[in-house]
Amino acid sequence: MTSTVTPGGPPATETRRLGRAFPRRAESTGGRHGGWGVRITMFVVCVLWLIPTVGLLITSFRTQDAANTSGWWTVLAHPFQNWTLKNYSDVWTSGGSNAVLNSIAVSLPATIIPVMIAAFAAYAFTFMQFPFRDTLFILVVGLLVVPMQVAFVPMLKIYGQLGLTGTFPAVWLAHIGFGMPLAVYILRNYMSTLPRGIIESAKIDGASHYQTFWRLIVPMSVPALASFAIFQFLWTWNDLLVALVFLGPGENATLTITVQGLLGQQNQGWQLLTAGAFLSMIVPLIVFLALQRYFVRGLTAGSVKG
Amino acid sequence: MIKVLNTLIAVVAGVGGALVVYWLLNFIAERLPGKWEDRVKPYLYLLPALAAIGIFLIYPVVQTVIYSFANQTSTQWVGFKNYTDLFQQKDFQITLVNTLLWILVVPVMVVILGLGVATLADRLRSRGERTAKTLIFLPMAVSGVALAAIWGFVYEVRPAGEPQVGILNGVVTALGHDPVAWLQESTFKLNTFMLMVVLIWAQVGFSMVLLSAAIKGVPDDTLEAARIDGANEAQVFFRVVVPQIWSTVITVFVTTVINVMKVFDVVYVMTGGNFNTNVIAVRFFNELITNGNAGRAAAIVVVLVIAVIPLMIYQVRHFRAEEAAR
Repeated sequence: MTSTVTPGGPPATETRRLGRAFPRRAESTGGRHGGWGVRITMFVVCVLWLIPTVGLLITSFRTQDAANTSGWWTVLAHPFQNWTLKNYSDVWTSGGSNAVLNSIAVSLPATIIPVMIAAFAAYAFTFMQFPFRDTLFILVVGLLVVPMQVAFVPMLKIYGQLGLTGTFPAVWLAHIGFGMPLAVYILRNYMSTLPRGIIESAKIDGASHYQTFWRLIVPMSVPALASFAIFQFLWTWNDLLVALVFLGPGENATLTITVQGLLGQQNQGWQLLTAGAFLSMIVPLIVFLALQRYFVRGLTAGSVKG
Repeated sequence: MIKVLNTLIAVVAGVGGALVVYWLLNFIAERLPGKWEDRVKPYLYLLPALAAIGIFLIYPVVQTVIYSFANQTSTQWVGFKNYTDLFQQKDFQITLVNTLLWILVVPVMVVILGLGVATLADRLRSRGERTAKTLIFLPMAVSGVALAAIWGFVYEVRPAGEPQVGILNGVVTALGHDPVAWLQESTFKLNTFMLMVVLIWAQVGFSMVLLSAAIKGVPDDTLEAARIDGANEAQVFFRVVVPQIWSTVITVFVTTVINVMKVFDVVYVMTGGNFNTNVIAVRFFNELITNGNAGRAAAIVVVLVIAVIPLMIYQVRHFRAEEAAR
């Protein structure tokens, strides 16, 4: 969405520069700092915000018996009892390891391929002249908000005829299609801020479009490529709907499907589910903490995806 | 081990295949005589992207509209029957009301809470600010299924008398009340609101980041001028800050509306749309996969697409205005 890439009108260039994840105020902050009231309020908000996740994390390390007969907050009273790693090993051996591999097999190609395709298209939209260019791009902008549900009924039928249902390529293709408008949009907006002079001089030096693309534009667009790649990777990693429809439960089930299956068997207790859920969160959390600035840019730009 | 190998092959083949396609397309373009190379090349570069969009977004819209007038296996025309059936069902009416409720409540709450948190965080010293923002943004990284697990555990209910393992009922029973089945109790739409809390929790971080950036962009001298004129902090906030960040507020609002219209994971995993909590995307999934009724599923998508059209127009207009401003 236009406005999510350039929030708040004027600071368009600020967000396109892909600087800090949470930009600081440029000028002096004199008089802006609040007192203890603000600090305490914010501290309370943060604690409240964390409680649900902490509960999940703690429970995932508690024994089955403890997890299902007492609240996780009771560990505060006796913190050295009933800890175990068994939940994780159980989840890992009962399909978890397979699901992790499946999630990787879905996410990596479903991230790298659309980035490449979109980069070429964005290059054409930015640096080439051809009829209907603006019309085509407006079409892309309009399609940003189209819900991906539109594709399911026809695609299920086509995949059924081709025998693709339940295979990885079925999911890759779907993710490539659904991610494409956003990818083209983000990359084109970024490329249009690159200095035109460099491209012109490359042309004069006799570089072909293909060479200019690989040697100049791709290296210069790394921040935008990274932002979109991270967004798309997390989107495909966290996706449940596309995986359920085109992959379904079974041999190729992703982590999200596996965890959702565990949720269906709650009568066996919370300990497995909490471990499975946390297992599915590890990769996104690592990506988040390691690549925070690209991550925030990617997510804020892409949160509108259909 | 075989699985690891297969995964690796899948990844390499998928990515390598795409590379070969581009190399071939470029190879073809460069073999074309003189002027044709320049004329055709842009379209060759665009071809894979446009093909993806065409196959997965444009063609399906048309096809879905067609299917929505056919029976459940798409073998016979039924006219408007899918639509009339749907809108006459009590169940679907509840689904629409719920979806509307989501659209009315969630975006407003996300904007208000995001604004509140952003304003407060802006007043912390920079280290505290970054930590607070990281924590609040964190749920954004997590899948809908994980959200459902986290909050399903918060809302967990055990019969009265037994020790509660869900913290919400832990608090309720500690205060001497009976435990509440948060996700089953549909009086006053309680369970729907409980589901909304989950999505709000996940989305406030996004709202906070955008609004915080906008607040930082408000020039200090406008605030100083207002203070010198005798405005108190509340007046400064509502009369000086809010008007200057209004376009970002709208952006966050519209974005959240678009997200909420399609909310699926949280509702599907936590209640499956039962107990009067159904929303349009879950109903669509149940119709398509569980009931195998392609006609009715298509009709539901058409309703969704019609609802999205105003947002699409907003989107294109906004883009045009921004391009013109450059």
